Amino acid sequence: MNLNGTPTFNPLFRFQWEKAQDCYVLLYPEGMIKLNPSAGEILALVDGNRSLAEITAELEQKFPDAGSLGADVREFIGVAHEQNWIRMQ
Amino acid sequence: MNRTGSGCSDGLLPAGQEKAAGQPLWLLAELTYKCPLQCPYCSNPLDFAGQGEELGTEDWIRVLQQGRELGAAQLGFSGGEPLTRPDLVELIREARALGYYSNLITSGLGLNERKLEAFREAGLDHIQVSFQASDEEVNNMLAGSQKAFAQKLRMAREVKAQGYPMVLNFVTHRHNIDRIDRIIELCIELGADYVELATCQYYGWALENRAQLMPSRAQLERAERITNEYRAKLAAEGNPMRLIFVTPDYYEERPKACMNGWGQIFLTITPDGTALPCHSARQLPIEFPNVKQRSLGDIWYRSFGFNHFRGDDWMKEPCRSCDEKEKDFGGCRCQAYLLTGDAANADPVCSKSAHHDQILAAREEAEQPSAAPFTYRNERNSRVFCRG
Ligand code: SF4
Ligand code: SF4
Repeated sequence: MNLNGTPTFNPLFRFQWEKAQDCYVLLYPEGMIKLNPSAGEILALVDGNRSLAEITAELEQKFPDAGSLGADVREFIGVAHEQNWIRMQ
Repeated sequence: MNRTGSGCSDGLLPAGQEKAAGQPLWLLAELTYKCPLQCPYCSNPLDFAGQGEELGTEDWIRVLQQGRELGAAQLGFSGGEPLTRPDLVELIREARALGYYSNLITSGLGLNERKLEAFREAGLDHIQVSFQASDEEVNNMLAGSQKAFAQKLRMAREVKAQGYPMVLNFVTHRHNIDRIDRIIELCIELGADYVELATCQYYGWALENRAQLMPSRAQLERAERITNEYRAKLAAEGNPMRLIFVTPDYYEERPKACMNGWGQIFLTITPDGTALPCHSARQLPIEFPNVKQRSLGDIWYRSFGFNHFRGDDWMKEPCRSCDEKEKDFGGCRCQAYLLTGDAANADPVCSKSAHHDQILAAREEAEQPSAAPFTYRNERNSRVFCRG
């Protein structure tokens, strides 16, 4: 996986805020994955334009008390990539 | 309808007496019973030809809106063949605007490039194409149609070409299960994202045809082994295609946790607007509400029909005192009713059921192929099952 790249969603999955669940979810054929808050915040910035570095910078700005987030973001993106939710360009 | 009496007279439980229920995450819209095919394992009711008039577009839009408010996220358009509904594009567009993930469950007959584009543009998320077999002859024999297979192949290719996620569904049984390797090869060639290899469940038409459909244990074990070999091969090749193998519960000793519990996550609306907790529940001797008379919220939380088998107060022995009842909820109510005559009995698939001998007898029967012809799912045969 290229960590300098730009993540995009695998078209098999649709990401959205789900009011009834009070969380972000990934929807796919006949299924739904509920995301925890930090996973949701990261994926909410995946749009095929922002690079991983830009996503990290935006999150650090949004959550200034959280300190440096690079390692967490990389770890989660690794998992998301393994799960086939996202691709790296 | 008389609404002057107590809460009971209008088919709803009095407030406060509802049983615990989850959100109806899954809404299945059976738009029509019309279908150009005649699969002998079709899950539509045997007497479909005698059911009421189809809901109109506005009724469906109201149902979609109310379902979304109750928390439904997955929406299936099925039937019959949903493509026979002229308002399908409109319903897809509404579904997308409401935030559903919409699934079109189709035989592929009646589909063409133009419609696929229109659905895409309206926001359809995914298409499931059902096949009857991996080769033309068996497929067409099972579908009761001469040209079905070629059309399905063409449409599956087009679905992928237009960038949709694609699930291919094969209902497996004794006539096609021995070719499971060819079925999987075909799916690889067509580029499916998911493949459902689902052994028939014996309700409705499939129960009528059980002797002709049910595979032997040896057939089943071979098919499962081959599926596992393909899983390993796909993984080694880095092919993300997923194989989902559904065994028939007739070869299990414990029943499935049917629908994740009665009225817990699943809500089906039939073509005439009857609301059901699962798509075969119409066969049960229970009155189910209709969306023309009630809001989906009242139906889901307060109707007698949806509360009927929630919780475990209704259970009889052996389920009542069984320590596995939280796990399988006593199995499938429809199967209990169809095989024992009482929907509150344990599902006879369970080896603790006093009726388990029926399952054993069916397994034995499956060791001797039946020469009797199929009862095809069509209007003429359906009329035989219509009451009055
Ligand atoms: S199972 Fe076959 S006959 Fe039944 S609705 Fe589907 S395609 Fe039509
Ligand atoms: S006795 Fe009833 S609850 Fe117990 S395992 Fe069998 S079906 Fe399930």
